[in-house]
Amino acid sequence: MRPERWFTKLSFWLRSLLQRRAIDQELDDELAYHVEARTEENIAKGMTSEEARRAAHIELGGLEQVKERVRAERTGAWLHTFVQDVRYGLRMLRKFPGFTAVAVVTLALGIGANTAIFSAVNPILFEPLPYARPERIMMIWGIFQGARSQVTFFNYRELLQRNHSFDALAIFQPWQPTMVGTDAPERLEGQSVSYGYFRSLGIEPALGRDFQPSDEMYQGPHAAILSYGLWQRRFGAVPSMVGHQITLDGNAYTVIGIMPRGFENVVDPAAEIWTQEQYNPANLNDTNSSEWANHLSLVARLRPGVTFAQAKADIETIARIPVPEFPRPRWASLRLGFVVDSLQADITREVRPALLAVLGAAMLVLLIVCANVTNLLLARGAQRRGEFAMRAALGAGRARVIRQLLTESLLLALIGGALGLVVARIFVQAVVALSPPNIPRLNAIGLDRSAFFFALGVTSFIGLLVGVIPAVHTSRGDLQSDLKEGSRQATGSHQFTRRALVVAEVALALVLLVSAGLLLRSLTRLFAVDPGFDTSSVLTMQVQTSAQTSSSPTGDRAQFFKRALENVQRVPGVESAAFTSLLPLADDPITGLYGTFFEKDGGAPLGGGYGAFRYVVTPDYFKTMLIPLRRGRLLAETDVATAPHAVVISESLAEGEFGDKNPLGQRVRIGGFPNWPWYNIVGVVGNVRQDSLAGTHLDAVYMTPEQSWYADQAMSLVARARGSSTALIPEIKSAVWAADKNQPIVRVTTMNALLAATVAQRRFTLILFEAFGIVALALAAVGIYGVLSGSVVERTREIGIRLALGAPRANILSLIVRQGMAMTALGIAIGFGGAFAASQAIASQLFGVAPLDAVTYAGVVVLLAAVSVGACWLPARRAMKVDPMAALRYE
Amino acid sequence: MSRPSDLVQGTLDMLLLKILALEPMNGFAVSLRLKQVSGDVLQVSDGSLYPALHKLEQQGWITAEWKISEKGRRAKYYSLTRLGRRQLEREADNWGRLSGAISRVVKLKEA
Repeated sequence: MRPERWFTKLSFWLRSLLQRRAIDQELDDELAYHVEARTEENIAKGMTSEEARRAAHIELGGLEQVKERVRAERTGAWLHTFVQDVRYGLRMLRKFPGFTAVAVVTLALGIGANTAIFSAVNPILFEPLPYARPERIMMIWGIFQGARSQVTFFNYRELLQRNHSFDALAIFQPWQPTMVGTDAPERLEGQSVSYGYFRSLGIEPALGRDFQPSDEMYQGPHAAILSYGLWQRRFGAVPSMVGHQITLDGNAYTVIGIMPRGFENVVDPAAEIWTQEQYNPANLNDTNSSEWANHLSLVARLRPGVTFAQAKADIETIARIPVPEFPRPRWASLRLGFVVDSLQADITREVRPALLAVLGAAMLVLLIVCANVTNLLLARGAQRRGEFAMRAALGAGRARVIRQLLTESLLLALIGGALGLVVARIFVQAVVALSPPNIPRLNAIGLDRSAFFFALGVTSFIGLLVGVIPAVHTSRGDLQSDLKEGSRQATGSHQFTRRALVVAEVALALVLLVSAGLLLRSLTRLFAVDPGFDTSSVLTMQVQTSAQTSSSPTGDRAQFFKRALENVQRVPGVESAAFTSLLPLADDPITGLYGTFFEKDGGAPLGGGYGAFRYVVTPDYFKTMLIPLRRGRLLAETDVATAPHAVVISESLAEGEFGDKNPLGQRVRIGGFPNWPWYNIVGVVGNVRQDSLAGTHLDAVYMTPEQSWYADQAMSLVARARGSSTALIPEIKSAVWAADKNQPIVRVTTMNALLAATVAQRRFTLILFEAFGIVALALAAVGIYGVLSGSVVERTREIGIRLALGAPRANILSLIVRQGMAMTALGIAIGFGGAFAASQAIASQLFGVAPLDAVTYAGVVVLLAAVSVGACWLPARRAMKVDPMAALRYE
Repeated sequence: MSRPSDLVQGTLDMLLLKILALEPMNGFAVSLRLKQVSGDVLQVSDGSLYPALHKLEQQGWITAEWKISEKGRRAKYYSLTRLGRRQLEREADNWGRLSGAISRVVKLKEA
C-alpha cells in the first residue's frame, strides 16, 4: 500500500473510533438529503407528497439496512463489530448464569486436570533428561536369578579396559557419611563413584574440578565433591570451600569441586556429596574381597557414532569371552550377559505404568468434558432459535450471526481456560505433594505451557464448532415458525446427538469408576496382607556410626550398639527394644541378598544357593516385632562369639530347602565365600515382608551381632512402647546419645508410618483415579439432567395431553425416569467393553484383584444407577407438576 | 430498481469515479447523472450507491465536504482526488482492453 493510502486509511480508522457519533450523524444527514431530493423528484413527476416520500423510501430499500451496509464498508468496522460481539456475548453469559457456571466449571476441570497431569508426567516420562545428549547415557546391569543385579569392581575394570563403545563408564553406590560439626552430627546422603561418573552424565562441576583416576589410589587421600545445595546449606556458599578440608566418618576429605546449581542427579536425587571409590586393584585374585562383591551400579555414555545396539553387542562379547587378566569367580562370571537400558527408561521403569494409566484417565475426562460442553451448547442453541430468527429478520447477515456466536464461544473458552489455569496450578501442586517418594525428577515438575494450550485448543475447537451449528441451521430454516415458537420451547433438533453424547459420557464414567474401584480394592487387599510382624506401637530410628570405628564384631562399634541398647531398654515405657541391621519395609538403599548355601547341598558356592536377606539382630528383636516362632528356638543372649554359631531361618527358606523335614541342626554357610564359618540352624520363624506388602522375597536368615563376621555401620533400633510410641522419641534418643553423642540418628518414625509409605505409589494412583472418577460421575449426572430437562420441555404438550386424559402423575414421573435410565443402561452396556480394556491396561497396578472383578463392576453399576436416578429426579418432578391446561394452550 | 445487468462491483466503482471526475456532486446527483448519461441503461440502486461511495472515500480516491446545495440544504459533496484520477485511468485502460476483446469475439463472422 502506498504511504498516502495508508495514511488515509489510518485517519479514517481513527475518526471512526473517536468520532463515532459524529460520523453516524453525518450518514443520517446524507441519506436524509437523498430521500428529500428523491421525494422532490417524485413530486415533480406528479405524485402526492405522501406517495413521493414513500416511493423514495422504497427505492432506497430500507434505511437501516443501507446504513448497515455503509458501516460495514468502513475500515475498522470489524473491530467495532468485534467489540460489540464481545459485549453482547458477555451480557448473554450473565443472563444465563446457570449455563455459564456449568460450562465454565466443566471447561476448567477438563483443561485444568489435563494440563496438570501432563505437566507432571511430561518431565518424568517424556522430556529428555537434563544432560547433554541424554539419549546416549546407559545403565548396565548384570543378571541374577532372572532379575537385574549389580556388578563387581573388577567387572567394571574389565569393561572399562576392553570396551570400544563408551566415552565414559562409571560405577556408583550409595554412601552415607557422618559429618560431625558444631551442631548435632549429621548423616549425609551421597554416592561413592568412579572418576567417569560425572563425565557419563555430561556435567562438570561449576567450581573446582572433577574426579580423576589419580584420586582412586587405594588408601590415598580422599576427595569430595559437594552439591550446590549442601554447599549453601552447611558451608555458607563460600568460594574458598574448594581446597578446604572437611571431616567425614573421622577421615579428612578435601573438597575439590562444587556441582552446578540445578544439577539433577537422577539416579539418586537425594545425594548431596560424592567421593571417589578407592578399591585395591591388588585384590584381583582374592575372591573374598569386596572388590569381587556384587554391589555396584554401572552407568555409561556412548561414544559418538556408536549405536545402542553396537554397544550392547560389544559388552555381550566381553561377557561371553573371559580373558586371563580378569579371572572371574562364579558369581561374577557374567555368563548370563548384561541388561542394558537407556538411563531415562531405567529410572522410570517402576512408575511408568502408573503414570501412563493416570494420563489415560485424564484424557478420558477431557473427552467427557468435550461431550458435556457440546451438549450444553446444543441445548442453548436450540433455546435461542427465536433470537436468531429475530436477528435475521432485522437484517443481520448469516455471516454476522455466525461471527457473533463464534465470539461467544471464544469468550466461554477463554473464561474456562483462565479458570482452568488456576485449577491446573492447584492440581499440579497437589500432585507434587501427594507424589510417592520414588518418583524421579520430582523437582522438574512445573506448569507445562504446551499442555495448557493443547487442552485449551481442543475444548475451544469443540466449542467453536458446536456453538456455530444452531446459527447455521437457523438461517436455512423457516424464520416464521422459529419466531413463533419463541425461545421457550427447545425443539427436537439434535436430541439424538445429545442423547448419544450422554450415553457416551456414562460409558466413559463407567470406565473410570471401574478402574478406580479396582485400584481401591487392590489397596484394601494389600493392607490386608500380614507383614509378618506387628506394626502397632513400634518406634524405629536408624543409628549411624562412623566408618572410622572398627567393624570387628567385638570392636567399639559393636560395643556402642550394645551400650545404646541397654540404655534404651531402661527407658520407662519401653516394653522391649532391639537393634537390627535391616529394617523391614524401610526402603534402605543399602540392603543386600546374601547367597545362602546349605551343607546338604555341598555348602561351598556349588549348588544353586538361595538369595536370602541377612538380618543381624539382638535377641529381643523377635519379641519386639512379635515375629512368631515356628520351630526350635529364637536367638538368645547366650549366642555369643565363643558359642557355636547359631542362625534362625525364615519359614519360606526352611520349606524351600527342606520341605516338610526338620531343618534344625542342619548347617548353612552365608555369603558364599568358601572358607567362611558354618552356622547351625536353631530355629524357624514366620515370614516377614521386607520390600513391600506385595513383595514375594521371603527368604531370610537371622544371627546375633556377636556371631556375625561384620558389625554393620548403621543399625535400626526398634522399640515397642507400652503406650504412645511417639512420646518416647526424645528419651530414646537421649538414651542412644548417652552411649556416644557423636552418632547421627536418622529416619525416626513409627512402623505404621513406614507401612503406609510403602503403598504411597498405589495410593497416589488411586487418589487421582478417584478424583477423575468423581468428576466423570458429576459430569455424566449433569449431562443426564440437561438432556432430560430439555426433553421434558419439549414434551410439555404431550405430557399435558396424557394428564388431561387421566394418566396418574406417578406415571409421568416414571416415564421421564425411564427415559433417563434407558440412557444410563445403554451407556453402562457400551462402557463394559471399555472397562474390560482399561482393567487389562492397569493390570500391573492391581494386587489380589482380577481385572474382571465382579464385586467392583457390580458396585460401580449400582453407583452409576443411583446417581442417574438422582439426576433424573428433578426433571421428572417438574414433568409431574405440569399443568395440563397451560400445556395444551402452549403452542 | 435492481442492479444493472452484468455490472460488476469494480465497474461500478469506475463509473462513479468517472462521474465525479466531471464535477463534484452529491450522491443523489451522481445517480441522476449516471442514469442520464447512459440513456437510462445504467441505473444504480440507491441501496448500493452509498456503500460504494463510502468505500471509495475510504480508499482515498474521492474526498467529501459538506456544502450548501442549490436548494439551500446541506449535502455531502464528493470530488475526485489525485489518487482517484490515477485509479480511474488505470481502470479505464483495463476496461478498454476487456471490452475490446469481448467485442472482437462477438463480432466474429459465423460460418
